[in-house]
Amino acid sequence: MISKEEILSKISNILPQPLYKELEAAIKEVDEERAARLIHRVLRQYLTSLIDPGEAVGIVTAQSIGEPGTQMILRSFHYAGLREFSMARGLPRLIEIVDARRNPSTPLMFIYLKPPYSKSRESAEAVAKKIQQVTLEMLAKEVDVDYVSGSIIITIDSEQLKYRGLSMKDIERILSKTKGRDMSISIKGNTIVVNIATPDILKIRKVKDKVLQMRISGIKNIRKVVLQYDSKNGEWFIITEGTNLAAVLQMEEVDPSRTYSNDLHEVEEVLGIEAVRALVEQEIKRVLDDQGLDVDIRHMYLVADAMTWSGRLKPIGRHGIVGAKESPLARAAFEVTVKTLIEASMRGEEEHFKGVVENIIAGKYVPIGTGIVRLLMQFHR
Amino acid sequence: MSLKEELDTIPRKVIKSIKFGVFSPEMIRKYSVMEITTSEVYDEGGLPVRGGIVDRRLGVAEPGGRCETCGQTHDVCPGHFGHVELVKPVVHVGFARVIYDVLRATCPNCGRIMLKEEEIRRYRERLTKLRKRWRLLAMNLYEKIRKKASERATCPHCGFKKNKIRFERPYYFYEETESGALVKLDPEVLRDRLAKVPGEDLELLGINPSVARPEWAVLKVLPVPPPHVRPSIQLETGIRSEDDLTHKLVDIIRMNEKLKIAIETGAPTNVVDNLWDLLQYHVATYFDNELPGIPVAKHRGGRPLKGIAQRLKGKEGRFRGSLSGKRVNYSARTVISPDPHIGINEVGVPYDIAKILTVPERVTQWNIDFLREFIMRGPEAWPGANYVVTPEGRRIDLRYVKDRKALAERIAPGWVVERHLIDGDIVLFNRQPSLHRVSIMGHLVKVLPGRTFRLHLAVCPPYNADFDGDEMNLHVPQTEEARAEARVLMLVENHIITPRYGGAIIGARQDYIIGAYLLSHKSTFLTKREVAYLLGAGKSQTPPPEPAFLHPVELWTGKQIISHFLPKDLNWVQPTAFKNKCQDAYRCVGDEWIIVINGYMAKGVLDKKSIGAEQVDSLWHRIARDYSPEVARSWLDSSLRLFLRYLDLRGFTFGLDSVYIPQEAYGELEVVIEEGLRKVYNLIEEFREGKLEAMPGFTVEETFENKVTEILSKVREDAAAVVEKYIKKDAEGYLMAKTGARGSLVNIIQMVATLGQQTIRGERIRRGYRTRTLPHFPVGDIGPYAGGFVKSCFRKGLSPVEYFFHAAAGRDGLIDTAVRTAQSGYMQRRLINALQDIYVAYDGTVRFGDETLLQLLYGDDGVDVSRSDHGKIADIKSLKLWIR
Repeated sequence: MISKEEILSKISNILPQPLYKELEAAIKEVDEERAARLIHRVLRQYLTSLIDPGEAVGIVTAQSIGEPGTQMILRSFHYAGLREFSMARGLPRLIEIVDARRNPSTPLMFIYLKPPYSKSRESAEAVAKKIQQVTLEMLAKEVDVDYVSGSIIITIDSEQLKYRGLSMKDIERILSKTKGRDMSISIKGNTIVVNIATPDILKIRKVKDKVLQMRISGIKNIRKVVLQYDSKNGEWFIITEGTNLAAVLQMEEVDPSRTYSNDLHEVEEVLGIEAVRALVEQEIKRVLDDQGLDVDIRHMYLVADAMTWSGRLKPIGRHGIVGAKESPLARAAFEVTVKTLIEASMRGEEEHFKGVVENIIAGKYVPIGTGIVRLLMQFHR
Repeated sequence: MSLKEELDTIPRKVIKSIKFGVFSPEMIRKYSVMEITTSEVYDEGGLPVRGGIVDRRLGVAEPGGRCETCGQTHDVCPGHFGHVELVKPVVHVGFARVIYDVLRATCPNCGRIMLKEEEIRRYRERLTKLRKRWRLLAMNLYEKIRKKASERATCPHCGFKKNKIRFERPYYFYEETESGALVKLDPEVLRDRLAKVPGEDLELLGINPSVARPEWAVLKVLPVPPPHVRPSIQLETGIRSEDDLTHKLVDIIRMNEKLKIAIETGAPTNVVDNLWDLLQYHVATYFDNELPGIPVAKHRGGRPLKGIAQRLKGKEGRFRGSLSGKRVNYSARTVISPDPHIGINEVGVPYDIAKILTVPERVTQWNIDFLREFIMRGPEAWPGANYVVTPEGRRIDLRYVKDRKALAERIAPGWVVERHLIDGDIVLFNRQPSLHRVSIMGHLVKVLPGRTFRLHLAVCPPYNADFDGDEMNLHVPQTEEARAEARVLMLVENHIITPRYGGAIIGARQDYIIGAYLLSHKSTFLTKREVAYLLGAGKSQTPPPEPAFLHPVELWTGKQIISHFLPKDLNWVQPTAFKNKCQDAYRCVGDEWIIVINGYMAKGVLDKKSIGAEQVDSLWHRIARDYSPEVARSWLDSSLRLFLRYLDLRGFTFGLDSVYIPQEAYGELEVVIEEGLRKVYNLIEEFREGKLEAMPGFTVEETFENKVTEILSKVREDAAAVVEKYIKKDAEGYLMAKTGARGSLVNIIQMVATLGQQTIRGERIRRGYRTRTLPHFPVGDIGPYAGGFVKSCFRKGLSPVEYFFHAAAGRDGLIDTAVRTAQSGYMQRRLINALQDIYVAYDGTVRFGDETLLQLLYGDDGVDVSRSDHGKIADIKSLKLWIR
């Protein structure tokens, strides 16, 4: 008689791996006869659950993600447990993802650290300080503007300076690099004086903002950092508002394999198309889970694949997937009808009726579902 | 007629492809049947003027009269185009941008593209490679070539130094001379320049010269569409009202005439130019009447005229309104109402509707007598027939047939009878918005008295229907193929498991759940009479089980009755909503776990978690997944009827006693609330004195608000604990909330304890008067009551101020819903448009409509979510119960 392990090994390349592993574990606990019955049932269930050819999976996916949208909240609330952060959630965030917006409303990073740094709060905090962008404004104790003589006097808070681990030298070094056309900067002790040659109020304000926003240390775009303790893995990690993956990943304290950014375009540039594919899928899942809406992961896969299929991240919509369609009628039926038709006529485009809308427009059967079946009955003989 | 002959009558001509292009003036003339020579429309007698815009040679669009071109009547004549010779050419607004692009990229002297020969060769090579397969890359390259050619100022072919071209929307072109002066380029000049550009150079700009020359974008001849495109309507008063396009065409022709006269009489140039510009304006607004920068052409009454662009554009335009979405026959719409007695896959159809909707049934030797009866009953009596179609295709209206009996005798195989809808016919049932595929499902007809569609309550969740006035649509498939597809693929039982997450979307709700709970409860014992009644309700075909008690009277338990309907090989274990301390199902004393062994419900109570809709890993989910759709459907049908009938038998009512808690509970609640309020007052004091420290990243005000919200929401939580402690565990309200039949604990707390904090846009109420929310509060009041905290409960009643805040928060919810529907609707439309062509091919790969590959295997395992077990292929834990 054939053993249960042997039966199982025979179907190892039929069943998907996760299911196979689960089954392997399950039959260990039961006797030969029951194992055979279990394998039989699993195999039968797998084969009957396979998808039919022709199934309109695109439409099913669009519906499965769109329909729960009606049940979502509109407002973005504060991030659970982290009162310092607000995070776009619900419908606005979902729309942001499928639109592949360039500037997400709440860019965030989860920065995980390598072991020695992640173990204590102090060491993690040291890394966090290195990461956070420090502007002159954050170090300033007092800012005085003399509109008459056209000078800005900034007094530096030495306590802040110490807390950030900086010295006046650092400030001096950075400021010396910047040169305005009719602007001179002088530093005396803890005060910085910026003189403007041709003072007028608008210009002074502009210069003031520019000088105050100057980055003294840290990583660009990282506006806020917060330390979090992950009790499951017993480690500290950093959450930041604002993202800059390229710079953060280069830090040696950071564990690059787990560090996460929710900015789709940044991830595409830094980590490549496969990474965005995974991110799109994860971010949609996160939004839906967060609302307690149950949507199968296969739908997220499909949307992510469709958005990244061309090798570049493309939004769902007129400038993305729909706009790239070959069919002029499909594009005309979506948005910007007239322009599409005029361009199609100049280019001499041709409509081949390969998609769904085109065929509906022409009153033909749709090439999807039972419509993909081509059957002709042979009469006589 | 044999089947083969019949198939031959089906037109085999189908559109294979459509090629887009631009008409040349020659083509327009060739295509035209006549030139429009006069702006007169009708003469005094009301007849069309010859050479006018409604000349009979263009075709007839309304009954009476024949077309002078094809000699056919209005229903056959397709209409024929005419044309107008424009005295001076004008720019076609839609193509103005194209004209601009071509002008910038080419030399006005020699007409060549402003690129060196070597560049032209290189680009052409790349384009031929790209055009075949990389359409999008080719498009990018066109753009690049255009930019490059436009940048160059001196022509590399003839050495001509080009002036800068300026384009002023919507249709003016200027040339900037060296001195900086702007010289207007009139359409004649434009036309000459564009005509000089050789075809090979146009190809580099993405224009296909075999179908579209740029100079054709400057119109010399205007095509005039036939009246079919712009039908006039006769009002009841007898006055004729012309279509907007006709009005616009008349304007154009009139202006053309004026311009012609002006030129012939030798009018000064500025007069001619003005008229020319007016002609340009009319032609432009004829095409598009929403152009930026120029006034909208209006009707006499002030209503803007509809241009051709307006006909095509937007939601109600030709594309989205008439081509993508079409109106259909054989459909009905009415209000829906509930009927728990019909099956979940049935729909109750009123007699009045069943007598209008028909199913074409082909006469065969087996059904001929059956159909004869329908014909004899005629259109008035149900079930009759409305039409009979002869083999020649002639439709006989039974309303006007005097001797129906004779007609009935005459029918033979090959005829078609359009008979009334009868019980068992398959129809499609739909409720808008159709957000997912289960918004349209196949139902079996059950003809019933009344005027509403009847719907089983268990199918409300997929349609998202309720009975507060909802209407639904019903469609009758008209071909055998459509009916077969509907029966096999669309019937309700095939959609119990939704493709969204692989769980049952259809299932018990509300009354069914509370009924099932009460029936399954330990204290339920039933007499023989009651058992007979209940088994009858479930349409049981098998004898009742042995009674649980034999003496002194025979008594059955509710679980026995439930078990009676369960599949005999079902095994299942799951916790109930009442699960408290028991972690091990098999060692639990109470009814905290459901245990079903071989179809016998040994333990537990039924609740939403086990039989409810939209629950995964539940008893109902197992039945729906592990048995055939028919078994699942019939179980749900009979069990739901059973639960409801038991609820009728027992009675269930919700009154003031159902929300009663003893006096001491109120004392405790008072303490809880007072405690919370005291904390808030302390916080206010701290805030007023400036002692409150801001949380990082927040202002002091925000910190204050956060803390107040936190305290007040804690008040409600504490109140919930008090209510939980004191409320009777068999109070109806509590039972409904606990079993998941209706309402939640929050609702009960709001009824008996306190409504709690009311919020607008997620915050305490802040708007209203300048420094306070209502004039009932002192100036600057930021306390709990002024911020919308409602201390009262519904049972006691709200004070006017509390009532106001409660209403305000309620309104906020309504606004939120309205905004959300609009936003999510648009997102879904885009998703559908982007993904609708994606399908699973025969090789298991996922592809776009043009067969480009998207996924190698759907979802990485090729499994259909609607056939999966909550996304998993198989639930090994439950399968193990099978092989016990």
